[in-house]
Amino acid sequence: MNDPFLKIDNLSKNYGETQALSEISLSLHAEELLVILGPTGAGKTTLLRIIAGLETADAGRIAVKGADITHQLPAERDIALVFQNFSLYPNKTVRQNLEFPLQAPGRNLSKEDIANRIAHSADLLRITPLLDRPATRLSGGEMQRVAIGRAIVRQPQLFLLDEPLTNLDAKLREVLRVELIRLQRDLGTPMIYVTHDRIEALSMGDRIAVLSEGKILQIGSPEEIYQQPNSPTVARQLGYPPINTIDVHKRRGQWSTASNHPIMTADHNAPSNATLGIRAENISPRGGEIPATIEVVEDLGASTILLADWAGQPIQILTSGEQPWHIGDEIYPSIDPDRVLVWGTTDEQG
Amino acid sequence: MKYLRWLVIIPYFCLATLPLCWLFLTSLKTQEAAISPTASLIPTTAENTAPGGLSFSATLDAYRKLATPHTGKAHAFFHYLFNSVIIGLLSTLASVVLGTGCAYGFSRFRIAGARDWLFFILSTRFLPPLAVVVPVLMMYRAFDLPNTHLGLILLYTAFNLSLAVWLMKGFIDEIPRAYEEAALVDGYSPLQAFYKIILPHSATGMAVTAVFCLISAWNEYGFALALNNAEAVTVPVYFAGLQGNIQGIPWPQIAAGVLIFVVPIVSFTVLVRNHLLRGVTFGTIKQ
Repeated sequence: MNDPFLKIDNLSKNYGETQALSEISLSLHAEELLVILGPTGAGKTTLLRIIAGLETADAGRIAVKGADITHQLPAERDIALVFQNFSLYPNKTVRQNLEFPLQAPGRNLSKEDIANRIAHSADLLRITPLLDRPATRLSGGEMQRVAIGRAIVRQPQLFLLDEPLTNLDAKLREVLRVELIRLQRDLGTPMIYVTHDRIEALSMGDRIAVLSEGKILQIGSPEEIYQQPNSPTVARQLGYPPINTIDVHKRRGQWSTASNHPIMTADHNAPSNATLGIRAENISPRGGEIPATIEVVEDLGASTILLADWAGQPIQILTSGEQPWHIGDEIYPSIDPDRVLVWGTTDEQG
Repeated sequence: MKYLRWLVIIPYFCLATLPLCWLFLTSLKTQEAAISPTASLIPTTAENTAPGGLSFSATLDAYRKLATPHTGKAHAFFHYLFNSVIIGLLSTLASVVLGTGCAYGFSRFRIAGARDWLFFILSTRFLPPLAVVVPVLMMYRAFDLPNTHLGLILLYTAFNLSLAVWLMKGFIDEIPRAYEEAALVDGYSPLQAFYKIILPHSATGMAVTAVFCLISAWNEYGFALALNNAEAVTVPVYFAGLQGNIQGIPWPQIAAGVLIFVVPIVSFTVLVRNHLLRGVTFGTIKQ
């Protein structure tokens, strides 16, 4: 294929002593929706702000369609950014909020063009009835639609969305999530979507980049990231309940825990020390040999999450909700050996 | 509780308006009635009233006399009022414009030693103004500034600027950066974002600042007296200068003049009162 739409090379940014971003490299293809997933403070917002031009990187290069934009002003980049806190202009109506980017100098649109674009975008986002309302008299969901509207009226070459759904309630979040996916497909404009929500990441992204402490840990399709995470940190980003990670060492062909309880068979060519990643749905409460005690029962209706103490090792088990489980019950967890992730650690302890 | 409120408001209102009422009555009197030892309180249109009675015959003479120069003075009252207006308005304008620009800089950009600079700006208010009258006068002499409008405008601007910077910085700090950033992303340059976003949002702050600056420049007496004896004399100095006049102190004219002098500042305050009210409670409500 030809050049990627957006290419970021070795981008770094420090705030005083703290390193916000460290040698970020990624690329975005035309029409692609890339999700950047990471916990709070991972540097996601900083990365978006640098792409938008609101911050300057200490090092690195950003190119759009092969042209270097690293030192351009935000206004010159033709990139739309939707902020987490909506950032509508409070002294303007919804229509004026949508007009504002179109009236920017250098855009030179006729009054007719502006009206048409606003009508089209408002229709797309179903905010037509709100157009003449003051921006301060909108609900959270309406505000976010208008904020997205303000981005799409411009018909920018790239969308950046910074946790746009975080401040909304759960139900609205689901509705808008689906709408955003549809909108991005319809417009065909590439999009970078920043979130800390694993469900948003899995359901929206063509690809996911996992960002942690200013570094990109892994980039891949949602399936790749979920099924073959390259580190425990990446694995912990996706899935609920969170993946169980157990530090083990090899002993007589078995993976044994720190308290020397063998929990499963180890491969011959496996390293001697490793971290096992076992998703909660891949442990069964029965069929094993080492006993565990249930400490917490979290009933989700169709399924149940059991938090158990397995020979000193806390584990979470996702099981069907049929059987009534009680705190204090003794269970014998068994691991599905085909679904276990093994990350080797250094062999220092032998 | 309701009655208690009125119990406070009404006496305070009376206390506050009493001087104004007295001024108004005096401005309608003749010189003789004004200096009469008994207070006559009721203006009548009757030609002759008994001296020492409760009522006096009202006349607009005092207002008419304001148009002609008083004995021993070069100009009529309105000349001095014009001085006050020019000096008050221009120094207020300069304070607000410079203060807003300066506050924007302190609020939005990383400035080395910003805190020290701000403290320095505030510290210019620590000294009582009259303590620097002599050095200022000497400086002004060197630049030929005494007796000029420019001299007082510069001085009042310099004094009010610290207040303007601090007030405006508070207001601009309250405007979320996100609005400007949204404008930048929307295709505006930083300067355009300042015009389109910061200025409209800080209108309240500018109104509040303007009121304070105008009041302080309008009422200033010490420097206006020390730096002037002819061309740029303002109303407070003019009135004070009428003391010791050979014809006695012309109380009815002073009263009439003071009323006219108070009107602009009162109407200005009334005009921006909504901004003022919002300004006073600003920052207490987080959105």
